[in-house]
Amino acid sequence: MKTLIKNGIFILNGKEEKTNILIEEGIVVSTDAGTEAEADKIIDASGLYVLPGLVDAHCHLRDPGYEYKEDIISGTRSAARGGFTSIACMPNTNPPVDNAAVVRYIIEKSKKEGYVNVFPIGAITKGMEGNELSEMGIMREAGIVAVSDDGKPVMNSDIMKKALIYAGQFGLPVISHCEDLNLADNGSMNEGLTSTMLGLRGIPSVSEDVMVAREILLSQYTGVHVHIAHVSTKVSVELIRQAKNRGIKVTAETCPHYFTLTEEACRGYNTNAKMNPPLRSREDLEAVIEGIIDGTIDIIATDHAPHHFDEKNVEFEKAANGIVGFETALALSYTELVEKGHISLLQMIEKLTINPAQMLKIDKGKIECGKAADIILVDFDNEYRVDVSKFASKGKNSPFDGFKVKGRVKTTIVGGKIVYEDL
Amino acid sequence: MKLSSKDILGLENISADEISYILETAKEMKKTVNSSMKKVNYLQGRSVVTLFYENSTRTRVSFELAAKYMGAQAVNVSVATSSVAKGETLIDTGKTLEAMGTDIVIIRHPQAGAPHLLAKNISASVINAGDGMHEHPTQALLDMMTMMEAFGTLSGLKVAIIGDIYHSRVARSNIIGLTKMGAQVNLFAPSTLLPPGIEKLGAKVFPNIYDAVADCDVVMGLRIQLERQKKCLFPSINEYARFFGINPENIKRAKKNALWMHPGPVNRGVEMTSAIIDADNSVINKQVTNGVAVRMALLYLLTGRE
Repeated sequence: MKTLIKNGIFILNGKEEKTNILIEEGIVVSTDAGTEAEADKIIDASGLYVLPGLVDAHCHLRDPGYEYKEDIISGTRSAARGGFTSIACMPNTNPPVDNAAVVRYIIEKSKKEGYVNVFPIGAITKGMEGNELSEMGIMREAGIVAVSDDGKPVMNSDIMKKALIYAGQFGLPVISHCEDLNLADNGSMNEGLTSTMLGLRGIPSVSEDVMVAREILLSQYTGVHVHIAHVSTKVSVELIRQAKNRGIKVTAETCPHYFTLTEEACRGYNTNAKMNPPLRSREDLEAVIEGIIDGTIDIIATDHAPHHFDEKNVEFEKAANGIVGFETALALSYTELVEKGHISLLQMIEKLTINPAQMLKIDKGKIECGKAADIILVDFDNEYRVDVSKFASKGKNSPFDGFKVKGRVKTTIVGGKIVYEDL
Repeated sequence: MKLSSKDILGLENISADEISYILETAKEMKKTVNSSMKKVNYLQGRSVVTLFYENSTRTRVSFELAAKYMGAQAVNVSVATSSVAKGETLIDTGKTLEAMGTDIVIIRHPQAGAPHLLAKNISASVINAGDGMHEHPTQALLDMMTMMEAFGTLSGLKVAIIGDIYHSRVARSNIIGLTKMGAQVNLFAPSTLLPPGIEKLGAKVFPNIYDAVADCDVVMGLRIQLERQKKCLFPSINEYARFFGINPENIKRAKKNALWMHPGPVNRGVEMTSAIIDADNSVINKQVTNGVAVRMALLYLLTGRE
């Protein structure tokens, strides 16, 4: 079976090219000379961009344990609809991914029933409780690509130091959710005028900053790479920028909501604007964009965090943290960053493909001969409104419902197979 | 004039005109409270439920009496003995009360925004009787009524609010309401108990109590919860009383005829000394009486919207 994609604008080797791509048995066999004569199936990409499938370094699939929120089937379908062909899922399932059995469960179910490539992330500590190291080596053999206690910080600095050293030996990136829980003090939104007006306990930005500083210092001390998850504050961006300039092995991601929305979105006790880290101030948002522009922030991740309607339709402080992200990430990145002239389309694509793939050390994120054909076709021209009711995810918890955006995924191909088509 | 909303959720969304109208109505209602025949029939055939997720004496009793003085059926739901203890959600509890024909639900809740959530999900009127650290609109209205009685106007008044501003819904509602009515609000608190951005609500923050109360018409103390000491917000009750408590000496620079106010219940000798609480200038008990009148006014105006 041979498939030819033709007439699109192809992003190959970091530049735009007018060419054709020929796929055979799921593998890209030619990125220049493909002709219609040799193909069994032709995909006409006229008016569309043809990009490497997106790579998400940070999502929650909720499976096992919270299948009422999302499962591997719905989650990977949502990823496919958003243009993500490879996703790394966080370990805060039930039971958590702190042992090889759960890793194998996720990998096997994904292969059998999933729509995209799934790369599990294991827990740093057993039960994600911050006390004892998890079996990182055995989980590595089972297929994890990184470790993280995402959702919870490793509060004990000594344990974090040992985790870095140990994970480093197995070549596993450590992804840190930076939050000093004492400073966060059970807050439910960013600390500032809006939290004061709403009478909600605030999470000060410094609760993130001190942990970012700690991770940088631990990385410097141990020489082990640390990846900072979901950067949301101005000071975090500054700290990471300085660390990179000093040659410390730190990488960083942010999420579309941190460069699109501010704490103001929480007004009216909008629980779909509740997440952790919380939406911050305008100043923080601008600094995050600066960090994206100058490369301080390497990666745009979704932090896709589906929840059931009932978990959001409650008092703000009781509401679950997080928003769904797969199906809006590309469009928000394009609309907020490229359309507004902050970065080029190619820079955006790097942060959604090759950069996360390199951080996770997975062979994904580019279109290349001899590699699996993970490819998406995208329409960047026609504006549309986000409609959560159309989401493939079980979660509809998005603050972006009704937002006008550009960047609609038309076709998603994983291993040469069409897994999503916008009809 | 009719109230623009079916609910009283906070002074943030009530206009200055509406506040004046509520206070005017409350003045009329006070006649009933002060008479020996405390019965009018404005609310005959109506039912009012107080749904309290936090302890309260004065606010709950005040609402209950307000409803009863006007002939309504008033029922109190105490959370400890209700389905809430079985894990029922706020929205489900609200819908249950509504299904029984409740016209007005009065809610106090430890979480900010709970009344808003309820109001969005039921068609009965909702009155916020205090939500977390957010608002306590009926308290601010009764405070304003008490000031009006003494000074005839709110515009141009200088009001000092002293104490735990951070956790205080009374302070937030008063700051919002008083500035809306043209008064000036001065604040003084331990710096650990000042919420960020509070001056952007129109209040002035002072570094000491002497300057905060200077030339003020009203000095209002706030209740300090003694357990805040354990959260490192201040070192001891003794030190709090010494630096942040109101006493006759440190408020000398307030106006001669200034009112001393407190939303109650008071920790005597902590946020206010007895010499203040029991002074002639103290209107703490008047505040309580006006609480009934203001709540009667609100119940009357909300049921009169249709």
